[in-house]
Amino acid sequence: MMPLRKFEYKELGEGRMVVNIGPQHPSTHGVLRMVVEVEGERVIKIIPVIGYLHRGIEKIFENRTYIQGIPLTDRLDYLSSMANNMAYCRTVEELLDVKVPERAEYIRVIILELQRIASHLCSIGFYGNDVGVTFTAMMYTFRERERILDLFESLCGARLTYNYVRIGGVSQDLPQGFEERAKETLDVIEKQVDEYEDFFSDNEIFLRRTQGVGVLSAKDAVNLGATGPVLRGSGVKTDTRVTDPYTIYDRFDWEVITGKDGDCFSRYYVWLNEIRQSIGIVRQALKDLPEGEIKAKLPKVLKPKPGEAYGRIESPRGELAFHIISDGSTNPYRVKIRSPAFCNLSLLPHVAEGWLIADLIAILGSLDPVFGEVDR
Amino acid sequence: MVVPAEVGAIANLLANPWIRGAAGAVGFASVISGSLLILIWLERKFIARLQHRYGPNRVGKYGILQLVVDGIKLFTKEDIVPRDADKLIFTLAPIVGFAVALLPFLVIPIGENLIVSDLNIGILYLLAVSSLAVVPTLMAGWSPNNKYNLLGGMRAAAMMISYEVPMGLAIIGVVMLTGSLSMVDIVRAQEGMWFIIPQFIGFVVFVVAAFVEAARLPFDLPEAESELVQGWTTEYSGMKFAMLLFAEYIHSILASLLIAILFLGGWYGPVLPGPVWLLLKTFLVLLVLMWMRATVPRVRIDQLLNIGWKILIPLALLNIAITGIYKLV
Repeated sequence: MMPLRKFEYKELGEGRMVVNIGPQHPSTHGVLRMVVEVEGERVIKIIPVIGYLHRGIEKIFENRTYIQGIPLTDRLDYLSSMANNMAYCRTVEELLDVKVPERAEYIRVIILELQRIASHLCSIGFYGNDVGVTFTAMMYTFRERERILDLFESLCGARLTYNYVRIGGVSQDLPQGFEERAKETLDVIEKQVDEYEDFFSDNEIFLRRTQGVGVLSAKDAVNLGATGPVLRGSGVKTDTRVTDPYTIYDRFDWEVITGKDGDCFSRYYVWLNEIRQSIGIVRQALKDLPEGEIKAKLPKVLKPKPGEAYGRIESPRGELAFHIISDGSTNPYRVKIRSPAFCNLSLLPHVAEGWLIADLIAILGSLDPVFGEVDR
Repeated sequence: MVVPAEVGAIANLLANPWIRGAAGAVGFASVISGSLLILIWLERKFIARLQHRYGPNRVGKYGILQLVVDGIKLFTKEDIVPRDADKLIFTLAPIVGFAVALLPFLVIPIGENLIVSDLNIGILYLLAVSSLAVVPTLMAGWSPNNKYNLLGGMRAAAMMISYEVPMGLAIIGVVMLTGSLSMVDIVRAQEGMWFIIPQFIGFVVFVVAAFVEAARLPFDLPEAESELVQGWTTEYSGMKFAMLLFAEYIHSILASLLIAILFLGGWYGPVLPGPVWLLLKTFLVLLVLMWMRATVPRVRIDQLLNIGWKILIPLALLNIAITGIYKLV
């Protein structure tokens, strides 16, 4: 935690005051607290204070077996649990050196991309709230997200914390009719994404609120450790799905979306168009889906050889990685989570200082932090 | 049954300015408060449908009693005054706000002879009184000693003061065509043609300025819930909050009424009686106001002031020039 003693009143300049935004505030995306020094409406200095949702998940891992660790990952980025499951399982699989069956890999890609669509829909909807279209955009995007959640519900019974991706495969096969319903959902979402684009990108007020606001140059984005849509929004063409293809991402035909200016609009633009790319990936995966096993044969009690593994994937928020150290017992010795939301949130002072309070909220929304993952 | 003699007696009674004033005040206060309840319900329902949800539907048929329940809740809540607040001003702000919001209705002509007081400087009075609305806003913004309130109050002051200028300038065009400051005369001058046609630029300027004065999305910067929590009403709860909320809604109604009266021909219209026409027009403008609230993002304070000073005021001046040339020729 930051030392808050810096903000004693006698040190404040003429006409300045400290506004404490959060942890209870309508648009801090959870429980972020920002100690903001303002001059009138202009933001001079921001100190983000995190830790209000800290549950000690990394430590809890040490007291669980490898399989029992999967449900914990659901509680990280609660808008994209599948991606968290996947990142953890990928790392454990690396430790165990498991060969995952073909069908399981395809199912994983399908659900990961569906999860990315659901998560980006959330991001766009919440972003609407942040710039002031209270609820309208959010209700629309949630309508489509609901369809994906229904698909996931039919898949594993849960709508938020799935615990679906397992070490060596997935927990169960696709239910009957899943493929048809998934295709139908994709058609609907593809149409609706155009509607969102009309709603936002054609709106003069939205453009004025986002274009040129909170600019993060490509160089700064790399130096400050931005990842995911924020990094790509700044024009850096990188994606873990391409640079370190996990599962079978190298078999599909899609492109990495990048923004032009690194402003809030570019980040929104990346979300919107990544939904389109993900729709394409899911369609290809559904077409090629092979028959076969969905889970590798593994012993009931997993005891990886002593050693360590670092596995990373592209979660909807950026590069999510797990670093697991095994001492040869049934429980991991240490688990470290590299969470993209935390990395992106750490850019906030750099990006938002000097803008107005209204812009601060818009910029925070465009960095899209999820506090389950920031605080862990 | 009222017999004609009694009608005459009532008419005589109403000729007395004191009685007429008192009757008008009671009438307006009760009618507006009553219609507010329906209006808030309607807005919640309308916006809900635009936003792909149902809106209130639990209390009463179609949730029509929701507002009654909400009212009871607000009025029975504990009356909280923050510890460091300026208690007198904190308490006065909602009262002043509500009273000031009702004042302009004195000169609003609902129908042919349905006006509390046909002042010969009606529109001037209206502008003067409605500019008072900034006082309670600043009181509410400053007195609770809360930073969100303060920021909201300051935004409101900046907004309202800047937008009174284009609003007044837009009205000048109407006054020039009418040749009178009386509200009744302004409506009468529109018998042949509504002022929206000869005064289209003025209409556009006035609509934007009036919507800003009503402080609703996309111009709800003083409230700006995603930025300033609840803006200048953050520290208010219970009855005081209800009064501030009512005052806000009255401003919206007033803005719509003014647009209907100044530019959409007031009570004129075929078949139906005058007051019904005026209410219909007002209602249509209100619907547009609600529709906007559900569809556009909020503008930023510097952008808003730029629109006011750099676009609306030149436009309004241009309108005055055009109207002047038209009158001369």
